[in-house]
Amino acid sequence: MDNNNTEKIIALSKELRWQIGDDFHDNLAESIYADASKIVADVVSKDNEKSKFRLDTKIDKIVTSRIWGFPIMLLILGVVLWLTIVGANYPSAMLSELLLDTIHPLLIKFGANISMPLWLSGFLFNGVYLAVAWVIAVMLPPMAIFFPLFTLLEDFGYLPRVAFNMDALFKKSGAHGKQALTMSMGFGCNAAGVVATRIIDSPRERLIAIITNNFSLCNGRWPTQILLATIFIGAVVPSSFSSFASLTAVIGIAILGVFFMFFFSWALSKTILKGEVSTFNLELPPYRPPVFWKTIYTSLIDRTLIVLWRAIVFAAPAGAVIWLISNVYIGNESIAAWSIHSLDGFGFLLGLNGVILLAYIVAIPANEIVIPTILMLTVMVTGIQVGHGAGVMFELDSVTATADILKAGGWTLLTAINVMLFSLLHNPCSTTIYTIYKETNSLKWTVVASILPVIAGFIITFLFAQIWRIMM
Amino acid sequence: MEKQIKSTCETCAHYNADGLKKLGLKTDDFDYVIALAGNPNTGKSTVFNSLTGLRQHTGNWPGKTVTRAEGAFEYNKQKFKLVDLPGTYSLLSTSEDEEVARNFILFGKPTVTVIVVDASRLERNLNLVLQILEITNKAVLCLNLMDEAKRNNIEIDTRSLAKDLGIPVVAASARFKEGIPELIQTISELANNKITCKPHKIKSIPVNIEHAVKQLSASIEKEYPTISNSRWIAFRLLEGDVQIIEALKTGKFI
Repeated sequence: MDNNNTEKIIALSKELRWQIGDDFHDNLAESIYADASKIVADVVSKDNEKSKFRLDTKIDKIVTSRIWGFPIMLLILGVVLWLTIVGANYPSAMLSELLLDTIHPLLIKFGANISMPLWLSGFLFNGVYLAVAWVIAVMLPPMAIFFPLFTLLEDFGYLPRVAFNMDALFKKSGAHGKQALTMSMGFGCNAAGVVATRIIDSPRERLIAIITNNFSLCNGRWPTQILLATIFIGAVVPSSFSSFASLTAVIGIAILGVFFMFFFSWALSKTILKGEVSTFNLELPPYRPPVFWKTIYTSLIDRTLIVLWRAIVFAAPAGAVIWLISNVYIGNESIAAWSIHSLDGFGFLLGLNGVILLAYIVAIPANEIVIPTILMLTVMVTGIQVGHGAGVMFELDSVTATADILKAGGWTLLTAINVMLFSLLHNPCSTTIYTIYKETNSLKWTVVASILPVIAGFIITFLFAQIWRIMM
Repeated sequence: MEKQIKSTCETCAHYNADGLKKLGLKTDDFDYVIALAGNPNTGKSTVFNSLTGLRQHTGNWPGKTVTRAEGAFEYNKQKFKLVDLPGTYSLLSTSEDEEVARNFILFGKPTVTVIVVDASRLERNLNLVLQILEITNKAVLCLNLMDEAKRNNIEIDTRSLAKDLGIPVVAASARFKEGIPELIQTISELANNKITCKPHKIKSIPVNIEHAVKQLSASIEKEYPTISNSRWIAFRLLEGDVQIIEALKTGKFI
């Protein structure tokens, strides 16, 4: 090809651009609109008589109104949570009956029958198997309820309304309005929320969304909150109010998380991630009746099973580690006991204890196994006679039995509240950390996103413990 | 020579629907490339899923498709690779998603471009359609969300629309799998040159601009006689699109 000629074309285009002036872009856009409206005038007919009543606008007036917008959001969140909490109980009980009470003893017996060495059967069946079984029994039912409900809301078109309601708050905190969407995704799973931040164009605002996503209480942490709220918070009010009190406490923690998300978005945008807030047009899509069964099916397959599989992959090695630290001795103390004693002092400062801190270190791969690890370690330290022995995670059938163990381990109302706070404010799970690294491609931001919530957790639990001890 | 048709059934989309095989992610060898373009939240991903059998995440909010998704299907023994482009309202700005969509349709040279539009918001959607028709000659309009249009008492004369736009129009409700067989049939006929398009070109342009565009596209055609979208190239040059200037130098868009 002749380079000379193409240069000529480019030169000609420059010259013509001068001639036609600045309005070219606008003129072209206007011509396109003119053509479009001509075509539409010919082919589209609308029965205006019938379409006066637009249901969409009516619904939008209510769900995005200044007065009702936020209460409705809370109500919907409350209903979804309530359905998840109540609905998950029965399948959870059935699964744990099957996996923990039936299959687990069979595996132990099988190990004995083929004269497997004790350490190996302990490692495999009491370590790896139990961790995986626990994650399935505790995590699968709430996920199988929460994700489809969430997807139904998403299909219906409610999520953009949430974003619309919260847009002004995000702008004030220096973040992107679309962060409302990624935040909502985080309530299901933080790793999914981090991936969803791709919808935010500006790198600065996307980083803010990634770093603060962990403040959305994820699915793996809901059960911890619910259990502790039931045992300790439900107990301080008359029994007729106890389930209401525990639900309120759990929602309170979730809202506290949203508050921290705004606070840190604001703090980041004022310090290391300074910059302009980008404007965007959020379009409110029409409401669409969800294709019910298809939505249930795809959300089960796509979200629930994939997240569950990831949790299992991470829980299996964690189970192995828990068993090992409880059964490997240095001198006459197991590694677990030794770590607990060294962490106890720091734990006391935070209104927690060594067991809880160790459990959070071991359970980095999956938040779901925090409670079983705490129970197992508590039994080991206090020496009470329940459970199956050192390094064996277990579940207790009744909430009362769990409460007894925790109280024997020195838990008070303060410990419970601080564990709930720390469960909200600690490092993301390893899956999320890895996802953050993949999305940001930066070690620095991965470290920031992992450390920031823990520091917040230390400060908050420390302050809360000191105030509590002075007041009470 | 065209094959002798034994019965009218053979021309029907549902008769041929048996020949459809969803190939999912197997995109390595293919006969044709099909681009899927359209405004955000018009159901592109749903159309993509029902053609490929993949389960790309769909949800009722704009901007879910953040990366270009690819999939494939086989129809009557021909393999089609399908590229789901990010949803955009226009192709004229410098934003990243518009650039991806614009450049793929221009440089990726898809055999057929499927433009998915929201039937109940046709006028706004046509903005993108008319731009795409400046770039490519082979396109089909997928008039999606017909169920919603019906609910809003909107009626569309699809035959006149097809005549005005100069491309085939398929009415569909992808969420309920309606219109998908017809869409596949039309894609296949376009790819095999059984239908010829005569796409609408933007008309209401002010005289001075039209004059400049004509002058510029004439000089482009003189240099590249085989080019069909010289008008679009002229538009982009007048806009000062750096990538087009670069492509003009290398002849990449031929």
